[in-house]
Amino acid sequence: MKISKPEVEHVALLARLKFSEAEKDRFTTQLNSILEYMDKLKELDTSSVEPTFHAVARRNVFREDQVLPSSPQDLTLSNAPDGDRGFFRVPKIIE
Amino acid sequence: MKLYQMTAHQLHQLLLRKEVTSREITESVLRRVEEVEGRIHAYITLTPEMALEQSAAADLRIQKGEAGPMTGIPLAIKDVICTQGVRTTCGSHILENFIPPYDATVTQKLKAAGAVFIGKANMDEFAMGSSTENSSFGPTRNPWDLDRIPGGSSGGSAAAVAADECIVSLGSDTGGSIRQPAACCGIVGMKPTYGRVSRYGLVAFASSLDQIGPFGKDVRDTALLLNAISGHEPRDSTSVDLPVPDYTQALVEDVRGMVLGVPRETFGQGVDPEVAGSVREAIEVLKRLGAKTVDVSLPHSDYALAVYYIIAPCEASSNLARYDGVKYGFRARGTEDLLDMYQETRWQGFGAEVKRRIMLGTYALSAGYYDAYYLKASRVRTLIRKDFEEAFQKCDALILPTAPTPAFRVGEKVDDPLQMYLSDIFTIPCNLAGLPGLSLPCGFTGKGLPVGLQILGNFFQEEKILRVAWAYEQNTEHHRRKPKL
Repeated sequence: MKISKPEVEHVALLARLKFSEAEKDRFTTQLNSILEYMDKLKELDTSSVEPTFHAVARRNVFREDQVLPSSPQDLTLSNAPDGDRGFFRVPKIIE
Repeated sequence: MKLYQMTAHQLHQLLLRKEVTSREITESVLRRVEEVEGRIHAYITLTPEMALEQSAAADLRIQKGEAGPMTGIPLAIKDVICTQGVRTTCGSHILENFIPPYDATVTQKLKAAGAVFIGKANMDEFAMGSSTENSSFGPTRNPWDLDRIPGGSSGGSAAAVAADECIVSLGSDTGGSIRQPAACCGIVGMKPTYGRVSRYGLVAFASSLDQIGPFGKDVRDTALLLNAISGHEPRDSTSVDLPVPDYTQALVEDVRGMVLGVPRETFGQGVDPEVAGSVREAIEVLKRLGAKTVDVSLPHSDYALAVYYIIAPCEASSNLARYDGVKYGFRARGTEDLLDMYQETRWQGFGAEVKRRIMLGTYALSAGYYDAYYLKASRVRTLIRKDFEEAFQKCDALILPTAPTPAFRVGEKVDDPLQMYLSDIFTIPCNLAGLPGLSLPCGFTGKGLPVGLQILGNFFQEEKILRVAWAYEQNTEHHRRKPKL
């Protein structure tokens, strides 16, 4: 087995997800079968192959640091699930 | 022929000759939507008022003699592309009420071109899927057989064109999400070279693979829409600063002397015999027209699926971290603290496939697994790219099937993610390498389901692909067939 149920629970926490018990069982089974399929890659010796992270090789793209208008505050907040007087309201973080 | 059945280039001629108005075309398309949308469900959001306003503006422009090829043409936009003031859901409950405060570059370009926006097309949630069954708003049906899927993830965009619910449309392609639905729905769909079209305002799934592209009823419409959306845009620093040619100039009916590579691995991978037959016939047609074929090898193509289903979920797990219920989108109510709010929001807001991929990506990037999965996959990605580099030394374009099977039945693969992933086996390598590719109809199965022919080209050689596609289309009739609805 590639991934155990406790590991699924740990990864869910890292990903800020949660699951019901039934979902945890189903995900554990499905992730295992997908990860077993990925084992194919072990057939290849890639020790001397450089990785490709981007489809088209590019260097950093620089631009002049110009001040441009940004999105107005009311428009930026217009999609907030809980916006209040120019702020995003969230549950209390510090006790 | 009804107005809604026509192509953009036909309608453009009628508009220039003042034989019709954009308003008449738009009303014709909107009536068609009313007639068939209940059966197809190609759209998540319809924007008829906006369409009628835009058509009136287009008619003024045409009167002034300022019409371009997209002026007054009704189109659909995949709901992963931001449209200012029109909700953009990505097929997800988590963005059900998201109204973008800005337009994507492609949306801006099409507005500036005078196009008419019929609505936002249905899709697999966050473009993750091959059947459009993963939409939080219900599946789209294939116009050729309502019990079958239209392909995915841009299934709504493809079905809308096939069912004449718009004239052309935009999709996005991360692992085949334009080409595979084009094949399933019997239309033309193109994934441009990575960087050809700005991704600014395209909601990110896997940023090193995503690319916006056009759907059309024929090759000319596809080239015209590609003209309208291509080009560098500073707000997407991966968009490439190369001049945009007029792609319709590539539509010359002549493939004499062109060398087409047929990857020898293709026909060994569980391809449906009817699909293989249609593609082999298409190769014969191109040979009769004067193209040469050459046997090429893509020895690492067998690993592409594994590479893709590591890299795409890794990038997705990072990109989708932004959906936290704070700045926009859905937030779960009645939660205890911040962590609980995050977890409840994401649990309730995302569908099963999205959660599966976030889990897979988070796992593959987590401490102790990064080297074995993400880094390993990225190294194999190099080998896949090099396979193409070698193949393109011997040929101008590659010819292969778009998908291993015709459209499958709704529900057939929902419980087996790996089987679903195999639908993309022929489309994925092109995204990993960043190359352009196109699918066009090349036949029908005994049950009347369309089959797609895929043509892949080297970097920024969209013109060679379009030339092959055009020559084939001009000498065949498949693109003229319409589903009976």
